[in-house]
Amino acid sequence: MDLILQGAKHALELLIQGDPEIFQVVLLSLRVSGTAVLISLLLGIPLGTILALSEFPGRRLVLSLVNTGMGFPPVVVGLFVSMLLWRSGPLGGLDLLYTPAAMVIAQVALAAPIIIGLTAAAIQQLNPKLRLQILSLGANRRQLMWILLREARLPLLAAVMAGFGGVISEVGAVMMVGGNVKGQTRVLTTATVLETRMGHFDVAIALSLVLLGITFLVNLALTIFQQRGGTR
Amino acid sequence: MGKKFELLGVSKWKDGPKRAELLRDINFTVDEGLISTIMGPSGAGKSTLLTLLNRLEEPSAGQILLDGAPITQLEVVNLRRRVGMVFQTPALFPMTVEQNICYGPNLRQRREYPGLAARYLEMVGLDPELAGRDAGNLSVGQQQRVSIARTLANEPEVLLLDEPTSALDPTATSQIEELIRALNQKIGLTIVWVTHDMQQAARVGDRTMLLASGEKVEEGETKAIFASPQNEVTRLFIAGRLNGNGSKLNGDKGRSDGAGSESTGPEEEHK
Repeated sequence: MDLILQGAKHALELLIQGDPEIFQVVLLSLRVSGTAVLISLLLGIPLGTILALSEFPGRRLVLSLVNTGMGFPPVVVGLFVSMLLWRSGPLGGLDLLYTPAAMVIAQVALAAPIIIGLTAAAIQQLNPKLRLQILSLGANRRQLMWILLREARLPLLAAVMAGFGGVISEVGAVMMVGGNVKGQTRVLTTATVLETRMGHFDVAIALSLVLLGITFLVNLALTIFQQRGGTR
Repeated sequence: MGKKFELLGVSKWKDGPKRAELLRDINFTVDEGLISTIMGPSGAGKSTLLTLLNRLEEPSAGQILLDGAPITQLEVVNLRRRVGMVFQTPALFPMTVEQNICYGPNLRQRREYPGLAARYLEMVGLDPELAGRDAGNLSVGQQQRVSIARTLANEPEVLLLDEPTSALDPTATSQIEELIRALNQKIGLTIVWVTHDMQQAARVGDRTMLLASGEKVEEGETKAIFASPQNEVTRLFIAGRLNGNGSKLNGDKGRSDGAGSESTGPEEEHK
């Protein structure tokens, strides 16, 4: 118990003092996960909408694959991205392994299926009559998509929360493709693992508190935005 | 009087393990400035036929002409603005009445439309003061009127009505019928009205077609069809003794005449 209390006390001191190493880790975490979620949104929302609205052979199979992707184990994603970026791999020439870019790629592979799957579900749960009504008023495809996304904004924001929560808190993939290099690819989760292994519980607690705080603040902001839109 | 819509040998089916025939070889004309009713029992293919007219669905065979030209030659968005549609349930958007009414015009050009909502609210017999109200707070009858106003705000040449009174009480139904007849007479709007209620078809229709099992049974002037039906199936429908699959009620599974005796009933009328 003393160990935990002491660790928590020291962690607060580190945070209040503004430890530069911790801040560097926090900023990199936000940069990597924020970029990954943004890319996943740009890919996932159009793809999820198309999946929800289109009819083509094999659509159910694609949806099943996307839904399976929502539960990909991060270490498996890490393994495949590592193999892709490995010097002798198909993308080895890009020299991205053990860089933040590699971590973004891995996190996109984790977040994109979540956002595609939840977007498709959000659009599909809308009243089908609404789509017909919008079309019959003379909306083109772009307008239809925009209106449907606006109508489905509550579950879509839940998709953003799930995607961000999934990548900011995962450790396996970023550890494998980033390498946890100090000052370059060390993020909150990998740093926490390292500090715990080294017995630096105070630093690990500080990092964990920051991780929890970020997750809470991002979700709080999205929830306020979501509920403001929902109680119009 | 010109022909607004012409349906030439139109069929619609859904492919799958078992092909479902929704409409078979329909030939039908919608005259300009008249109210054409399409009546038939549930599952007859009435709503499917309606959705072909504004290309919410495409026919599997046959051709549809609007003012003499195939509708496929028109840009689909323009077609839908010329051919407005009102559905069974109003499906208003969760916004104000004014925003709902200005929705179609805003899709064409995003700007303010001062006075537009009030004008169309008056046209459908509602208080213009309702413009600022949340659409969800209206009664179902009022919502359906707003839904009609929203469609009219696009200034369509043809109004497609898919059982617009089926969710309404008798008073609201009668008001909507009056409203549609007034719109037809005052602004010469061509109307295609789908209903499963033969009495409604008799009340509102200038011309009527009876559909059963996805096939045209009879077509003609409404009064003539009800006064002297030429087909046994029509007689059964008017007597309230026709099932959706075109068979007699009370366990008589045989068709009463040769109109599509092999037809499989549509599995799904709405997409």
